[in-house]
Amino acid sequence: MALIRFAQRPELWNPWSELERIRQGLDKLSLGYPDFKMPFGTNVFPALNIVEEEETVIVKAEIPGVRREDLEISLEGDALTIRGRREVRHEEEKVSFHRREIESGSFSRAVTLPVKINPDTVNARLENGILTVTLEKAAEMKPRRIAIETA
Amino acid sequence: MTEHKLTVHQKQEVQHKGETTKPEKYFIPAVDIYETDKDVTVVAEMPGVAAAGIDVTLEDDVLTIQGCKTEGDPGAGKILLQEYETGNYQRRFTVGEAIDQDKIKATMEDGMLKVVLPKTEPARPRRIEVQTA
Repeated sequence: MALIRFAQRPELWNPWSELERIRQGLDKLSLGYPDFKMPFGTNVFPALNIVEEEETVIVKAEIPGVRREDLEISLEGDALTIRGRREVRHEEEKVSFHRREIESGSFSRAVTLPVKINPDTVNARLENGILTVTLEKAAEMKPRRIAIETA
Repeated sequence: MTEHKLTVHQKQEVQHKGETTKPEKYFIPAVDIYETDKDVTVVAEMPGVAAAGIDVTLEDDVLTIQGCKTEGDPGAGKILLQEYETGNYQRRFTVGEAIDQDKIKATMEDGMLKVVLPKTEPARPRRIEVQTA
């Protein structure tokens, strides 16, 4: 839906321009508060770090407590999807909790990769609660050295 | 019933620790602590820490759990997205119960540290026989 604000009209016609100016000022002010903004991206689980190297793209996710069998990774075009669930199981019966900060639940996250990748050579590894997905770039996206000929 | 969706909780840095000489960060890991008749169990989230990097100490009723990351800093790649910071973990608790120090067990699995602190056996009521000469 396209919204046409009063402020987009020429100023002479618009009695609300002053109010609009104040509103925009308040918007800017609220953005400036550090508490209102997440320091890093979104809060969609899991948190990702993506690094692009010459021939690969490495996607890392912090997923402590997720078992290999509860994790599903798929690649569709250039969208990588990480899906899974975490169940914090306590074998003992009749426990009384002092603190409970670790949540159980499911998660699903998709990221669009910035480059074309070769879908046949995707490698995923889960170690110490960190998932590392190594994606090789498609052949045409890899840097190629061009030889310079001399006359 | 719809399942609970996990969200990312921003890592909080440890406040009380003295500044380190290396530019490393110490974060507060999320924990579950529960008690049974026999022991107190602490479960802590420590992604990126291997079993070798774990240090658990109990000194004067203060339990310190510490985990050092094994991974080095990322290479020379271009960072496209950074949503979490890597670092070490540390957290301290004062344990109220009497703990049998020799039987503390710590295990590490999938980035989750589990420390089992067995309680000392309570003094059993014992009947003292009065001997007659």
